[in-house]
Amino acid sequence: MKDILQTLDARRMAAKRGGGEKRIEAQHKRGKLTARERIEILLDKDSFEEFDMFVEHRSIEFGMEKSKVPGDGVVTGWGTINGRKIFMFAKDFTVFGGSLSETHALKITKIQDMALKAKAPIIGLYDAGGARIQEGVAALAGYSYVFRRNVQASGVIPQISVIMGPCAGGDVYSPAMTDFIFMVKNTSYMFVTGPDVVKTVTNEVVSAEELGGASVHATKSSIADGAFENDVEAILQMRRLIDFLPSNNTDGVPEWPSFDDIERTDDSLNTLVPDNPNKPYDIKELILKVVDEGDFFEIAETFAKNIVTGFGRIAGRTVGFVANQPMVLAGVLDSDASRKAARFVRFCDAFNIPIVTFVDVPGFLPGTAQEYGGLIKHGAKLLFAYSQCTVPLVTVITRKAYGGAFDVMASKEIGADVNYAWPTAQIAVMGAKGAVEIIFRGDIGDAEKIAARTKEYEDRFLSPFIAAERGYIDDVIMPHSTRKRIARALAMLRDKHVDAPMKKHDNIPL
Amino acid sequence: MFKRILIANRGEIACRIIRSARRMGIETVAVYSEADRDALHVVMADEAVPIGAPPAAETYLVIEKIVEACRKSGAEAVHPGYGFLSERAEFPRALADAGVVFIGPNPGAIAAMGDKIESKKAAAKAGVSTVPGFLGVIEDDRHAVKIAGEIGYPVIIKASAGGGGKGMRIAHSSAQVVEGFNLAKAEAKASFGDDRVFIEKFIVDPRHIEIQVLGDKHGNVIHLGERECSIQRRNQKVIEEAPSPLLDEITRRKMGEQAVALAKAVNYDSAGTIEFVAGQDKSFYFLEMNTRLQVEHPVTELITGIDLVEQMIRIAAGEKLPIAQKDVTLTGWAIESRVYAEDPFRNFLPSIGRLVKYRPPAEISRNDVTVRNDTGVCEGGEITVHYDPMIAKLVTHGPSRVAAIEAHAHALDAFYIDGIRHNIPFLSTLMGHARWRAGNLSTGFIAEEFPKGFTARAPEGEIARRLAAVAAAIDHVLGERKRQISGQLNGRPVAREGGRAVWLDRDEILLDVSRDGDAITVCFVDAGEGAGKAHRLLSRWVPGQPVWQGTLDGHPIAIQVRPITNGFRLAHQGCEVAISVFTKTEAAAARLMPVVSAADNGKKLLCPMPGLVVSIAVTEGQEVKAGETLAIIEAMKMQNVLRAEQDGTVKTIAAVPGATLAVDALILEFA
Repeated sequence: MKDILQTLDARRMAAKRGGGEKRIEAQHKRGKLTARERIEILLDKDSFEEFDMFVEHRSIEFGMEKSKVPGDGVVTGWGTINGRKIFMFAKDFTVFGGSLSETHALKITKIQDMALKAKAPIIGLYDAGGARIQEGVAALAGYSYVFRRNVQASGVIPQISVIMGPCAGGDVYSPAMTDFIFMVKNTSYMFVTGPDVVKTVTNEVVSAEELGGASVHATKSSIADGAFENDVEAILQMRRLIDFLPSNNTDGVPEWPSFDDIERTDDSLNTLVPDNPNKPYDIKELILKVVDEGDFFEIAETFAKNIVTGFGRIAGRTVGFVANQPMVLAGVLDSDASRKAARFVRFCDAFNIPIVTFVDVPGFLPGTAQEYGGLIKHGAKLLFAYSQCTVPLVTVITRKAYGGAFDVMASKEIGADVNYAWPTAQIAVMGAKGAVEIIFRGDIGDAEKIAARTKEYEDRFLSPFIAAERGYIDDVIMPHSTRKRIARALAMLRDKHVDAPMKKHDNIPL
Repeated sequence: MFKRILIANRGEIACRIIRSARRMGIETVAVYSEADRDALHVVMADEAVPIGAPPAAETYLVIEKIVEACRKSGAEAVHPGYGFLSERAEFPRALADAGVVFIGPNPGAIAAMGDKIESKKAAAKAGVSTVPGFLGVIEDDRHAVKIAGEIGYPVIIKASAGGGGKGMRIAHSSAQVVEGFNLAKAEAKASFGDDRVFIEKFIVDPRHIEIQVLGDKHGNVIHLGERECSIQRRNQKVIEEAPSPLLDEITRRKMGEQAVALAKAVNYDSAGTIEFVAGQDKSFYFLEMNTRLQVEHPVTELITGIDLVEQMIRIAAGEKLPIAQKDVTLTGWAIESRVYAEDPFRNFLPSIGRLVKYRPPAEISRNDVTVRNDTGVCEGGEITVHYDPMIAKLVTHGPSRVAAIEAHAHALDAFYIDGIRHNIPFLSTLMGHARWRAGNLSTGFIAEEFPKGFTARAPEGEIARRLAAVAAAIDHVLGERKRQISGQLNGRPVAREGGRAVWLDRDEILLDVSRDGDAITVCFVDAGEGAGKAHRLLSRWVPGQPVWQGTLDGHPIAIQVRPITNGFRLAHQGCEVAISVFTKTEAAAARLMPVVSAADNGKKLLCPMPGLVVSIAVTEGQEVKAGETLAIIEAMKMQNVLRAEQDGTVKTIAAVPGATLAVDALILEFA
């Protein structure tokens, strides 16, 4: 009996060594942790339960039958983050470069199936060389199994991908279908075809970092929702993110005791909007002063900075925030901002996270670049996303809400539940100058008349009161009471229920 | 007494005057420029009168506008504060013409003391000690030696026509006088075509000491002791105290008597200050008289218990001084530091912007310690380019100098400002400076102690441990809450190791942390003194609060907490450091992480402050030497020259002249 137990121990030890000391050392030299080290700091101490530790590949091509390592390049299992269950898999770069074989894929799908059944988030840590070429179509089929499960799980459990090394070819599409992708700066990259192929096909000389590094995907392509300095920072931030996320689409948001009074008012918000309507201010100050304890997890911080998205808490419960950022491009809605916000809104709606929207938007960005780039459809994504929401929606207009952008930014008419405006709000089809030049076209030559008309327009339309008089907004609130009013609205809406018409699925303008 | 007074000022001093007036039952009227519409003094006053566009030259400095505001608001008297119109003799005259009382000295006194030469003559006539010297023609070197002997060494020989250090010699002996006299003469001749020189006493390591006087309209004048303001940066006072650590009772009385004599000689009838330069040997010489309330008046108020603003108002209303000289007692010690919107890490460049957070320490008076904060701003306020960058004066009072300094250091630790750069790290560092604590001051203090400017200090020793302990306690509170999140698996609670590796940047301190009732206990596990000893931390801090206030082993401490990714930035006693609290497993992993060098920024010239690009002095591809001018940025109406820190080649230029840049915006990049 003792021998048998010892055999188990020995086999476990062998599996845990992965690709061996040398490869582990090489991994460290590259500034990366091994799969097991990553898991150790991702999950609560001693909570990891590993599956399929002894799985080996079945390939007999190219002498692969002689080269087997238990685990086959991916470590899978489940554990907890602050006591809440999480499923996870971590590619092990020290074993066959983390490449995907048929059995490797089956290990992942087993965990995916388990996560979907047990209704808990799944986190994938990527650091791998793509398909295991020796396995041919079996590897490709393996990817497909994984992809299909990504789609089945979408909207049921949160799926998070963290790219912590190479991620290329077939490997990129599973992360691409998850809810969030995060990357590690300098050590990770993602692309469909690598620099060598790029050079052969297009003659373009480009480095892996320039082609698909964190700096590219977190700022230009929007593939990544965030980039971190190193493995440790990335993984600890995933722990922080999980604390904000519901486990699935039925449980509702997690809750913990808040140290921040929901009745707290903040007089400094009364001066947040500058007297000069063309002067920017930082909308993040409002978010940080409204959320519990100033704790805000921003999503896609460095992409389309003219809109801010992220998670905070009010009364200890998760809330998604969407806010135009006057500091960048005056907070205008362009294609990128619309896509970014639309995806975030849909995530929140799928997982029953209430959404608070702060509006200061001068409109949609004009120009050929935007129109050729499909601004109409991208803008429609955000409109669509908000319109189909069934979660509580609370909207506060702080300053400008002009034109179609007013409608799009969670207006009451597209389904928001509680809509407030600050006294500084200007709700109108457009700003004074443009409006006067159209309405009073005949007076354009007369500077005095135009000035008088402008004043008239400003007094009448650039205020929240016309909208308030007609009920398009529910109340004009003092800026200092914003947190209190939002907290009350969210409490009132906590049991909001909307019956949606039966449909197979919608047809969002992709 | 007046029913209603107007304050012809802004900022902290306007607020401070309103406070005294209100306590006396007097209504207050504020004036404000467009930039000050939401300013604290406007909010505090009973009535506020707008006086125009932001620049001071169009508002606070315009006599007619103030007179008009008095007429509009029905104010019977005007307090000018300091600066602006406070020392303009024509201001009280214009007010008098409009039938409004000026809360300050009579115009004659202002005029008499406003002129540097006239005031010196008046001082000498009143028997005030002035810098000894010989202003006549010096015949030859023998004559010079004779004069120097009479004055006493060291002496300074200066060219009469001179300036800029040319033709200037310091002499400590007769031989040096002979040599210096001839050299100075020759240099003066060469530089200015005029070889006349004069000799004056040279004061080594001078100190700035001033006497507060108070006179009424009935011929009574008293003095309220001295203030020492030797801690100055480029002639701008930074820290003031009362009394002076230099003076003894006899010198104090002599200085006071001379100050009173001068005040009487000019019929002084308000609060005023006679400034002296003092030698380390307690010799003192008249500099000038300020015919107004000084910025640093609160230190005198705290050691005398006399409200100077109240007295100024009473005197202006014709009341007699309520006390005689013999009733004046100096109790304890008071320290004031000036909180400026300027970046101490960037050569004290002015900083503007929104006060996103402004949480001054609580004003308290208990256990012999008083904390007072004269402020003119509030959270959400704006620091603009238009006015003085001083945002507050923190004043503490204690039974002794040490007590006052301790209280001051603690209050600075709790003084939390975000949104703009400020000099609190510098002030905190000064409070802990051994030479300051020893009272061994001179006006050269800052230049001597910080010859290369001010740089951030990494915490060491006791302070490092203190920061590590508090970081661990903060992390513990956060961790306890995390484990109360909903939706946890039933059964086994989350295991949590007690061992922590606290990283101060990359310096590691190992400790064990645990909860013990209301307290959190920390044991340092590394070898060395006190290893294994349990340290108790008690605090009501909860997440979200900007300042951790509590006790560590019974000693009160305040530490500023700013959340950052995976940790906090803690600031304390002038040190600021990014701290991560890791478990041992996390620390082992963190140790494997590559150190990202900050060298990247050395290759970039970033805009040090929000400002306008006046010019770019280099072109792409140009090689530059360290110290060469790269660009000129205008901020706060000041031109700032940005120079190359090291040799290099300009790769790209990102900014164009005329552009407005935010702080840290890229100006140019080196190859």
